[in-house]
Amino acid sequence: MPEIEAAKLKEIYTTMVRIRFFEERAIKEYRTKGLPGFVHPSIGQEAIPSAVCAFLREDDYVISTHRGHGDIIAKGARLDRMMAELFAKETGYCRGKGGSMHIAAVDLNILGATGIVGDGIPIASGVALACKMKNLDRVVVAFFGDGATNSGAFHEGIGLAAVWNLPVLFVCQNNQYQQSTPTRDYTRLSDLSDRAKAHGIPGITVDGNDAIAVAEVAREAIENARKGRGPIFIVANTYRTGGHHMGDPGTSYRTKEEVEEWKKRDPIKRLRDQVVQNKVATESELDEIENTTMRELDEAVEFAIESPEPKVEEALEDIYYTAG
Amino acid sequence: MRELTYREAVREALREEMKRDPSVFLMGEEIAEYGGSYKVTQGLVDEFGHDRVRNTPLAEASIAGAALGAAIVGMRPVAEIMYIDFSFIAADQIINQIAKLRYMTGGMVKVPLVIRTQGGGGVAAGPHHSQSLEAIYAHIPGLIVVMPSNAYDVKGLLKSSIREDNPVIFIEHKKLYGEAGEVPEEEYLVPLGKGEVKRQGKDITVVTYSRCVIRTLTVAEELKKDGIELEVVDPRTLKPLDEDVILSSVKKTGKAMVVYEAVRTGGFGAEIAAMIAEKAFDYLDAPVKRVAALDSPIPFNPRLEDYILPNEEKIKAAAFELMGK
Repeated sequence: MPEIEAAKLKEIYTTMVRIRFFEERAIKEYRTKGLPGFVHPSIGQEAIPSAVCAFLREDDYVISTHRGHGDIIAKGARLDRMMAELFAKETGYCRGKGGSMHIAAVDLNILGATGIVGDGIPIASGVALACKMKNLDRVVVAFFGDGATNSGAFHEGIGLAAVWNLPVLFVCQNNQYQQSTPTRDYTRLSDLSDRAKAHGIPGITVDGNDAIAVAEVAREAIENARKGRGPIFIVANTYRTGGHHMGDPGTSYRTKEEVEEWKKRDPIKRLRDQVVQNKVATESELDEIENTTMRELDEAVEFAIESPEPKVEEALEDIYYTAG
Repeated sequence: MRELTYREAVREALREEMKRDPSVFLMGEEIAEYGGSYKVTQGLVDEFGHDRVRNTPLAEASIAGAALGAAIVGMRPVAEIMYIDFSFIAADQIINQIAKLRYMTGGMVKVPLVIRTQGGGGVAAGPHHSQSLEAIYAHIPGLIVVMPSNAYDVKGLLKSSIREDNPVIFIEHKKLYGEAGEVPEEEYLVPLGKGEVKRQGKDITVVTYSRCVIRTLTVAEELKKDGIELEVVDPRTLKPLDEDVILSSVKKTGKAMVVYEAVRTGGFGAEIAAMIAEKAFDYLDAPVKRVAALDSPIPFNPRLEDYILPNEEKIKAAAFELMGK
C-alpha cells in the first residue's frame, strides 16, 4: 500500500483539531453558560473518525452515536450549526430538537446519531442495502463504542450486512469503558474484533490513537466495500480522557495513572510529531490550522448565542411529514 | 363484484405497489419461497425476485432498523414482522428510531416505511402468538397505526400506507385472512385516518376495529329481532383517529360501546371511550361501555381462550345492558 499522502495527513490533522477544539469549547460553554442537557465528549478519540472519514466521498454515509461530535465534524458538519444545536437554538442542525446526542446533517449524508447504544448499526445496514439495491457504489460507516458490541442490535445489524454482503464499515471506537465498566468486566474476549468471526466477516484491530494506522486500515476497507467485497468490523483502540459525560469526572472507576498513561499517547500530539518529523508540514502551518479553528469556534459560539430560540409551537412540528 | 380473501387482497396490494414503484420492496422472515407464515406473500418472489422479496435472518431489530435505514435514503420498504408478539424485539427500533428520527432531526428526513404484521387470537396459538398490541404503537407519536377489518379495506389501506411518507404499523388479523369480501378489479385507495360506518343503526354506536367488526356485525343482525339497531363504526386507522365519524354517530344514538380484542386495561378502546366522554358527554344517555379481552395472557386451551376474548355473547350482553334490557 502506498503511504498516506501529505495532503491527506494535513486534512486528518485539521479534522482532529476541529473536533478537539469544538469539544473543549463546548465543555467551556456548558460550564459557563449553563446550557441545557449534557454532552458526551470524545476527547482522546479524534484520530478514528478523522482518519476514516478522510477517505469517504461526499455521497458516502455516516451514522453516529451519543458521543458523536467527532464523527459528525469529520464527515463535514459545520461547527456553527452544531454549536447552535448544543445551545438548543433554531439554527441548530436539528432546530433544537435533537441536541448533542442526535446531530444529523442529511445534506452531508450524516444520517443521525442515536442515544440508544448500538441502534445505529442495523440502520446503517439498511442504508447500505438501499445503496446496493440502487446500484450506487456508496459506502456506509457506522461508528459506535465498545459498549455497543454486546447489544443485540450490533449482532443483528452486522449479521444482516454480512449475509447480504453490504458495503458497511462497522467502526468500534474502543475507549476501554462501557460508561464506567471496563472491557474485562463485560466480555471474556481480549480482542473485540473476534466478534466478527461469529458473522463470517473480517475483523481487524488497530491502534486508534495512531491516525496514520487508522487511515491505512480505513482506506483499504472503504475501497473493498466500494468494490462489493462486503462489510468489515474495525476495532480501533483508544481512550476517552475525560469522563462519560460532563457530570462525570471519570475518576471513580479508573486510576489517575491510567489516565495519565493514555494522555501521553494523545493522538493529536502524535500525528503532529509525525507530520513535522516527516516534513509534511511545518510547526507554523499546524499552528495556523489551530488558530483558524479557534477563530471559527469564536464565530460559532457567537452565531449560537445570537440565534433565536425555536418557537414553542414548533414542539409539535415534524412529528409527521405533511406534504406542502 | 369479484371476491377476494383478505389474504389475497393484501397480496394484491403488495403486487400492485411493487409494480407501480421500483423503490417498494419486501423484507421479513420466511416471506420468499415459503410465502410467509400466513402465505400472504406467496408467489411474489417468483414475480419480483429475491432482490425485492428478501428473506431476513430471524432478527427483528435488524428488520426494523434496516427498513428505517433504507427508507431514509429513498426506498419504500414493507417489512413483515411475522407475529405482532415478535415486534417487541423490534420495538426499540420502531419506537426509539423509526417513530422519532424525523422529529429529532428537526424534520430533515422522511420515513416512508410500512411494518406489516398480524395479531389477534382465535387459533389456539398460545400466549406468544395471539396478542393484540395496537395500543402500544398508537401511544407513540410519529407512528400511524392501521387495523383493517375486511378485504376491501385491507387492500386500499395497504396501498395508501405504502405511498405514505410516514411510518405505518399495519396490523392484520390472522383470523381474517380467509374471510372473503368484494374487491373491485379497478384500482382504488382507502385513505388513512378515515373511518367508516359499516352499518347504520339508531340505538347504539359500536366503535370497533379489526376482527371485532365482523363479530359486531353478526350481533347487529341478531339484535334486530330484539328491536335493537346497532350502528357499527370502524375507524380503520387508530392513529390518526377519525374522531368525527365516531362523534357524529354518538350524537345520533346517545349510547356508545367500544369493542376490541386487546386486553381491557390500557387498551385503545379506553382512548376511544375517553375521547367520547370528553367530546360528546352531553349527548350520552349512559356511560360508555367497553367490551374487551379480560386482563390475562391468551391461554392455549381453546375454551379458556374463548373465555378471555370478546365474542358475540359478550357484545350482545353489553348491548342489552346499555338498552336497559
